[in-house]
Amino acid sequence: MKQTKTTKPKTATGMLIRRSVFAYPYVVWMAIFILAPMLLILYYAFTSDGAVTLENIVRASSWDNLRVLADSVRFALYTTLLCLLLGFPVAYLLSQMKKTTAALLSVFFIVPMWMNFLLRTYAWKVLLSAFTNMLYTESAVLLGMVYNFLPFMILPIYTTLIKLDKSYIEAAADLGANPRKTFLKVVLPLSMPGVISGVTMVFIPSTTTFAISQLLGGGKTMLYGDLIYMKVITEQSWDTGSALSIILLAFVLVSMTFMKKAERKTSDEGGGRLW
Amino acid sequence: MKDKHLIELIDVSKLYGGDVALSHVDLYIKDGEFLTLLGPSGCGKTTMLRLIAGFIMPDEGRIEMDGVDIANTPPYLRKVNTVFQKYALFPHLNVADNIAFGLKLRSVEKNVIKEKVEAMLELVNLKGYGGRYVEQLSGGQQQRVAIARALVNEPQVLLLDEPLGALDLKLRKEMQVELKNMQQRLGITFIYVTHDQEEALTMSDTIVVLKDGVIQQIGTPTDIYNEPKNPFVADFIGESNIIPGIMLQDFKVRMNGVVYDCVDKGFGKNTEVDVVVRPEDIDIVPADGARVFGKAVSVVFMGVHYEVDVDCGGYEWIIQTTDFVERGQVVGISIPPDAIHIMKKTQQTNLFDAVAYPDDGEVEILDHRFACKGLEAFETKDDVLVAIAPVDVKLIPPEESELTGIVRACMFLGTHYEVTIGCGEEDWIAYSAEYMESGEEIGLFVPADKIAVSANEAN
Repeated sequence: MKQTKTTKPKTATGMLIRRSVFAYPYVVWMAIFILAPMLLILYYAFTSDGAVTLENIVRASSWDNLRVLADSVRFALYTTLLCLLLGFPVAYLLSQMKKTTAALLSVFFIVPMWMNFLLRTYAWKVLLSAFTNMLYTESAVLLGMVYNFLPFMILPIYTTLIKLDKSYIEAAADLGANPRKTFLKVVLPLSMPGVISGVTMVFIPSTTTFAISQLLGGGKTMLYGDLIYMKVITEQSWDTGSALSIILLAFVLVSMTFMKKAERKTSDEGGGRLW
Repeated sequence: MKDKHLIELIDVSKLYGGDVALSHVDLYIKDGEFLTLLGPSGCGKTTMLRLIAGFIMPDEGRIEMDGVDIANTPPYLRKVNTVFQKYALFPHLNVADNIAFGLKLRSVEKNVIKEKVEAMLELVNLKGYGGRYVEQLSGGQQQRVAIARALVNEPQVLLLDEPLGALDLKLRKEMQVELKNMQQRLGITFIYVTHDQEEALTMSDTIVVLKDGVIQQIGTPTDIYNEPKNPFVADFIGESNIIPGIMLQDFKVRMNGVVYDCVDKGFGKNTEVDVVVRPEDIDIVPADGARVFGKAVSVVFMGVHYEVDVDCGGYEWIIQTTDFVERGQVVGISIPPDAIHIMKKTQQTNLFDAVAYPDDGEVEILDHRFACKGLEAFETKDDVLVAIAPVDVKLIPPEESELTGIVRACMFLGTHYEVTIGCGEEDWIAYSAEYMESGEEIGLFVPADKIAVSANEAN
């Protein structure tokens, strides 16, 4: 009797695991594989022979390097624009279909994503060299990027569109809007949260692309990612590579802030949620 | 009110994936009237409204506006505007832009739009709210914006789909009065959908009662309340006592063995009828000397009146009275002749297509075999028609039956409940002594000698 009395509360408290415990494995993972490398990059970028310096950053901000950044941004903008132009109609058509048909069709967009993107890019390399003379041109790089990032544009827009209450469309028609006007004045503005989400998910990763340009551009098109790769891997110049990474990181953070602002503005107007 | 027929529905039917939403509906709507489509959920009232708005097209029939068939005209070309059930205000526009939406599409001049929007905001008591976004408004305010957005286009007809459903009781009452005033002031035709019979009675010029896609009765609120055409209407509009009776001759009806004077005639002699008596029309009198008396089995205070159930041996009368009655007290009841409303008996029969198997002595109804007599005249696999009286349908626990269905509706008819049971595509009507919840599963059984088989002449 006495024993049960004393052991009971003990086991009870022993069994009590705070829910945050389940996050520990990931916290450890994050510390080793995300936080530590970041700190290393910071260390390499701002030190030289153990002394704190801005020299690496200044060296990395050369005109040549900034031009590569500008090129990368240009490519990312083209990619984003093309993905938007191709992706929005697809997302819209999917959203108009029966759920089952749409689910079946979206498999065609999702299944390729199960394969590693490098494999898919290699496949393009073979296709382009066999059937066109596009390989190793800027167009080939752009094609590869659009191909790889298109699903990230379609899915958030599609999600926003299917969540769009049909009564808004009926209300517009009821007030005298023909299908074209309804699309322009109601469907398009209300799909903006999805568009912004899609733009973010295409623009940021495509600014930092590197392998696609190497594989399909044949080294003729140098993107910022390639530049970092070259500095760190080929030249083993970790200081410059880290400094370049810091500049890119700063650029990405600034663009993210702008996107967030736009996103907050549209969702303030009640357009719905991302994803 | 002018007598011109503004909108006319002629033999309109609409199916949704094989289910009948509206069945051969004929209705005209007069210019300037406040017409209410009333019925329980799934009765087809919203379907009817959406047909008039143009969001859906009828499968059969014509919809005429000003004499022109508009059944296939898209909504943006119709001179009607809708106030949606959940308002459907555009979240990306502010209140003023929401209201201006229709005007901008018709390229009305900017300063005219501004004036009209201001005037509308004033009409719906939302002056100064133009710059706000929809989500910053309360439900009642959103409701007003929705009305303003529709009315600013000066439609000939305003369609309202349960517009007050989301508001609390007090606000709903206020809005009822406001809507009615607005309709009278503007002289616009309102077509109003609701399942709330009280709302319908308060606001309408004309009420259309619907059930299962069929119009049950069209009339003024007074007509519908005082002279319901069938037990469904009587039961749906207000509380009522529905009792089977026999019309002995003109002005004489017998209920529960007692003969009452009434004011109805023209039913013939000794005809079975249904009698409706409203609870507030029954007087409670001293038991001494009363022809009918019983024990008050339940007394509930309802605010203005008491609701008293008086058990007069076999039938419980629901009575609303302002006099207090002690529970258990024996009281007499008196029904004035003009409180008695006679309705033609609605004879319900279950009619099904079936296949005969005379060798087995069975018929197959809805993929289920029933033992059956009187099949000698038919060949195996003949298509036949079977008729089963509701009284012969026995309701048994579902686990004991091969054929089961789901209770769709249950209506008290004085001495018994009439239960509608959905079995796949067909509905069965059965009688039950007890109340059954909608959605309950129940088994069906029919004795072999109660199935009347006849040749199916349709085939």
